Amino acid sequence: MVSTESEQMAYIAAQAADARVNVEVETDEGMTLNLGPQHPATHGTLRIIAKLDGEKVVAAEPIMGYMHRGYEKLTEVRTYPQVTTLVNRIDWLGSFANEVPFILAAEQLMEVEAPPRAQWIRTLLFELSRIANISLFLGDMAVQVGATTPVFYAFRDREFVLNQIERVTGGRFHPNFDRIGGLKDDLPKGWIEETGSVIGKMRDFCDEMEELVLGNEIFQARTRGIGVIPPNVALGYGLSGANLRASGVDWDIRRDANVGLVYDEIDWKVWTHPDGDSFSRFWVRLQETREACNIIEQLLGGIPAGPIMAKVPRIIKVPPGEAYVATENPLGEMGFYIVSQGDLTPFRVKIRSASFSNMSITPWLLQGVFVPDIISILASLYFILGDIDR
Amino acid sequence: MAEIPEHLLKRAQAAREKAESQTQGESESSPSPEKSDDAQTIDTEEEVAATDELAETALDVLGQELGSKLLNSHIATGRGLWIRVGIEDWRFAAEVAKEHLDCKFFDWLSAIDWMPSPYGREHETEQDKLNEEPEDNSQEEMTWGYTGGESRFQLICRVYSISRKIGVMIKADLPDSDPRALSLIPIYPGANWHEREAREMFGITFDEHPDLRNIYLPGDFEGHPLRKDYPLLSRRMKPWPGIVDVELLPGDDE
Repeated sequence: MVSTESEQMAYIAAQAADARVNVEVETDEGMTLNLGPQHPATHGTLRIIAKLDGEKVVAAEPIMGYMHRGYEKLTEVRTYPQVTTLVNRIDWLGSFANEVPFILAAEQLMEVEAPPRAQWIRTLLFELSRIANISLFLGDMAVQVGATTPVFYAFRDREFVLNQIERVTGGRFHPNFDRIGGLKDDLPKGWIEETGSVIGKMRDFCDEMEELVLGNEIFQARTRGIGVIPPNVALGYGLSGANLRASGVDWDIRRDANVGLVYDEIDWKVWTHPDGDSFSRFWVRLQETREACNIIEQLLGGIPAGPIMAKVPRIIKVPPGEAYVATENPLGEMGFYIVSQGDLTPFRVKIRSASFSNMSITPWLLQGVFVPDIISILASLYFILGDIDR
Repeated sequence: MAEIPEHLLKRAQAAREKAESQTQGESESSPSPEKSDDAQTIDTEEEVAATDELAETALDVLGQELGSKLLNSHIATGRGLWIRVGIEDWRFAAEVAKEHLDCKFFDWLSAIDWMPSPYGREHETEQDKLNEEPEDNSQEEMTWGYTGGESRFQLICRVYSISRKIGVMIKADLPDSDPRALSLIPIYPGANWHEREAREMFGITFDEHPDLRNIYLPGDFEGHPLRKDYPLLSRRMKPWPGIVDVELLPGDDE
């Protein structure tokens, strides 16, 4: 125990040194600023080491791996139906959307197609998880540039969507509902009407966000012209989803490379923004949430009758081959490359997750920005740690 | 390949028949009256005779530019285009895809270890004998996927052309003794992190890469986890639960 005064002082000094790990000062080469791994402005355990010259970032280096769970290795010792449990946990805010590309890739190899009703319900749940995911971004982005109210509205209204997902799947966050050849269950009674009214609420939420955040002078000052990504750079780094469309690239997997979902049968629009800055990334996501409401309303009106499961063998063996299927997940392109050798388990699965590629641009993007902009840029790129680390 | 135990097959078959008769009986009350009729028609008629024009033209372009460097190719109709080149042409192939096919979008890069797992196929180990030494399966032949292969490690990357709406999977065999390739960073800056991941997971060296540190694993981690001979310890400690894990249908006894 600490008894003497000098021991006490040493103890305090050690504690202080522990607490000070966040900032290291180097006299010759400027200052090194360490954000994270538990910085309040990062959701999850991302760590960024920024070398500063005054207020300017000279070099920034993201450090990941604090949450790496080795899913690519684990899939090799799971049967195909068991893998959905794992991939649910990749992007935990839009979990159902994670299951879809894996199931579609496995279905491609087995040459099975889900019945129309299952495809419609899949698309419905897919878009619902998009709203659940992005509505949180809308609040979170605002809170990171200093507005505290929107995030509470986001948490409040997202709950309506999660309730609807829960009523179908039984899980708020990890539905594990998609099956090879269809879905686990049909929709419960009265769900369609309820979802219709929830969509009304989410539209109001989008309007509210637009009024609260988008026109705000401080928000605009913090995001306009900050973190501009030109389209060619965005493509070279493999940015996808709203980050790519905010740079003016008109590309959406749902429209251009759709596999197995029913986006071709409804009328909707892809939103792009030419600026490529943090503001446009927020704007595109806001419009996408509205568009998702639009899509869901149309889907609700036209769900065909029929079975929800195609004929698949009870014990699933996938014929040898390779398949890659990607879908437009809330965060961007998520794809699964499955190598099968005809076994009960995949031979190799490569998971292409959106945030990993989206974040790989940060060393380039953060060069030369000011310290407060790091936060607004990271927030606008929008990553989920589980989606980076897998 | 392991046989599925007969009693399980029988049970599955019986359960399926039972479920079918049930859905037929309930069809008046269920929201979808044509349930059982539809299910029979759906997966029987799957005749897609169409050839994949997008992929054919893309392959023509690549074939012209790469010439004899294009070792093999594969088109899965409607599913994509695979090509294989020698490892010395790895960067050149990516360059050709970018310049001549307008594949500006860098999708991902990874590797495949084609060696059969020395621990046997996972589902065969249902009769796991926990205390026995693992069998030596290293003599088992390797079977490669699309476009074939010659070596244990294969690099694979996917690039995509937004204007042509076609994605190309580029594969290259890596020499067994010293797996090493040229980095793709000068062509696609996004390859940086993917190559770092491939290096730590498979032990592949990328020349001219500016910063080949570990990206996920701790700096002093030993081994390359995604290699087939790297044991997944939690799996090795427990018997395989997979095959007894099949869900029972409601009303299915046993």
